[in-house]
Amino acid sequence: MNSEQQYIELYQQAREMIFSHAPEAMNAVRDEAFENFKTLGFPSRKVERYKYTDMQKLFEPDYGVNLSRLQIPVDPYEAFHCDVPNLSTSLYFVVNDMFYHDEKPKGHLPEGVVIGSLRDYPELVSKYYTKQAKTSEDAVTALNTMLAQDGMLVYVPKNVKVDRAIQVINILKAPTLRVKSDARISSSEPEVARPSAKATPQNAQRQVPDLMVNRRVLIVLEESAEIKMLFCDHAADDRNFLATQVIEAYVGENASLDLYCMEETHHKNVRVSNVYIDQQANSRVNHNVITLHNGITRNKLDLTFSGEGAECQCYGCVIADKQQHVDNNTLITHQVPHCTSQELYKYVLDDKAVGAFAGRVLVEHGAQKTISQMTNQNLTATKEARMYTQPMLEIYADDVKCAHGSTVGQLNDAALFYMRQRGISLNEAKLLLQNAFINEVIDHMQLEPLRDRLHYLVEKRFRGELNKCSGCKLCK
Amino acid sequence: MLEVRNLHARIGDKEILKGIDLVINDGETHAIMGPNGSGKSTLSAVLVGNPLYEVTEGEAFFNGKNLLEMKPEDRAHEGLFLSFQYPVEIPGVSMTNFMKAAINEKRKYQGLEPMNAAEFLKLQREKRKIVELDSKLANRSVNEGFSGGEKKRNEIFQMAMLEPKLSILDETDSGLDVDAMRIVAEGVNKLQTPETSCIVITHYDRLLEMIKPQFVHVLYKGRIVKTGGPELAKQIQEHGYDWIKEEIGEE
Repeated sequence: MNSEQQYIELYQQAREMIFSHAPEAMNAVRDEAFENFKTLGFPSRKVERYKYTDMQKLFEPDYGVNLSRLQIPVDPYEAFHCDVPNLSTSLYFVVNDMFYHDEKPKGHLPEGVVIGSLRDYPELVSKYYTKQAKTSEDAVTALNTMLAQDGMLVYVPKNVKVDRAIQVINILKAPTLRVKSDARISSSEPEVARPSAKATPQNAQRQVPDLMVNRRVLIVLEESAEIKMLFCDHAADDRNFLATQVIEAYVGENASLDLYCMEETHHKNVRVSNVYIDQQANSRVNHNVITLHNGITRNKLDLTFSGEGAECQCYGCVIADKQQHVDNNTLITHQVPHCTSQELYKYVLDDKAVGAFAGRVLVEHGAQKTISQMTNQNLTATKEARMYTQPMLEIYADDVKCAHGSTVGQLNDAALFYMRQRGISLNEAKLLLQNAFINEVIDHMQLEPLRDRLHYLVEKRFRGELNKCSGCKLCK
Repeated sequence: MLEVRNLHARIGDKEILKGIDLVINDGETHAIMGPNGSGKSTLSAVLVGNPLYEVTEGEAFFNGKNLLEMKPEDRAHEGLFLSFQYPVEIPGVSMTNFMKAAINEKRKYQGLEPMNAAEFLKLQREKRKIVELDSKLANRSVNEGFSGGEKKRNEIFQMAMLEPKLSILDETDSGLDVDAMRIVAEGVNKLQTPETSCIVITHYDRLLEMIKPQFVHVLYKGRIVKTGGPELAKQIQEHGYDWIKEEIGEE
């Protein structure tokens, strides 16, 4: 209980340091975020949207936060290559929460397009930052806003189309030097709660502390703008990481956004992601979230139709085993008529993995001619694997077409036997069926190189050849 | 080829096979007939190792190897094939990938390298002709959206690809129109060699007129109660099973 206390104390103690290392536009909303965080506290599991993931517990450990912006020496090009090969020359890195500036030439971006750090564009940041990700409504968003000191800005001006996909590699990397004590979260009762945490000889020699990072992304698409973004999350250290992430996307009239978020980290990694998308009239959004490897993951998507004639497709693909935990929570709000939303989330859970999907579609008064379809299908491979699924429709308009459904099941025994009779071993038959199951959702993904790569990665994953992020040298 | 002795099997608590004896030599074709519920499909399921059935007594040897100790996939690798009465649909697995996996696992079992893509496609093309199967079906998911006739022809296509030593056709003629039945029967005949054998399970004489078994067995209440030549099938077609029941002392 009271996991929030250590963050409140940290903020009170380190407020000056946080402010001095962050841009003004981000500081402007910081105190408000802090007050909101204090009021809200982490939600308990009694709060509907947090029923399946215990936030108190996730934020309880004593993580280090790099508030003094200690430079973490890393050459991402050296340390790392992502399993999704470079889709274009437009490859960017975010190291922890820091937009990585380098001299490597980027592919030509059309005029006016910005892909850079939140630090460098105060006007855009003041205009859009936290307008959707309201700190009064979500404790993690509030915490992220009160601690975030850098982040990534993507801006596409009116009528500009960025043809090549932009790939962003998020790397989690712990500092190799000991973080100053003032940057450490002071736990309320450290000696009792974590006897080994401090002042022991082993710990004094431990050079790489566990780390919390607070990532921030702001995407602004003006009228008729188009961009495809692929975020790949990786951990470059075999440490405990807690990453919070807030993505805010404004999709202007007739604009088009493809957003792919792929996680391929390891079992010590905790990820809490909140994605907010606002869609103006006739815009199009394709949101995809793929969890190939993780520890504990909680992904929240809040998508709002605020202009008529817009449409979104949301696809989710989860493969989890061992003790992994993946919770996808979506809320699609149809505020206006004539919008279409489609959701398909598929999970394959093995060993003692736990999956959760809670999707809610809210059709507000007057949002007539809404079309909405939500599907969640899950395979549990063992008796110990658990899936919690909760598709919800809430409709306040009378001329709509909405459907939702979910299934939890096992591989079809008749199909398995049929394949074995043809000489396909039981393992191979299972693999083919699991692949077939998950491919249905991957086939919907429109970024072709990613789709091909995912087919390959998923197969490798099912074969157990993808035990942790194979891309980074450090965890091999 | 196959030697079955005193085979008993059950599903759940229900005993279905109550002592089957059957010997099949190389190059022979045997028909198994019998009223509904007599155990014909159970016999085929037990021979290929369907885990739903439990063998309680008896033995089965396939080319000298103890069949009942082998995994279903190994029985297939050894050359046993079942044409299913109800072929299973497998959404999301294409016919081509399915066949490739089957062929290459068999090759692995035999210590051979996997077949390369060109060879495989060529083989697939050749074998498809045997049952006049549309090439479009190769890109579709296994049996998904296939018509009844296509499913059965697809079974024989798989048989052609895998070149089994012993094929069991479980009511492959059911649900087929006259033309489709001819295609299936001709396909089966083309695949027969002096080294391969076949068990045809059927209710009707029509398929047997085309496939021409040397032996016809009547299975009733879990036992083979009568064995004869092709003429037995004709008699059953004309008179039904009552006279056989009388012969064995049932009314």
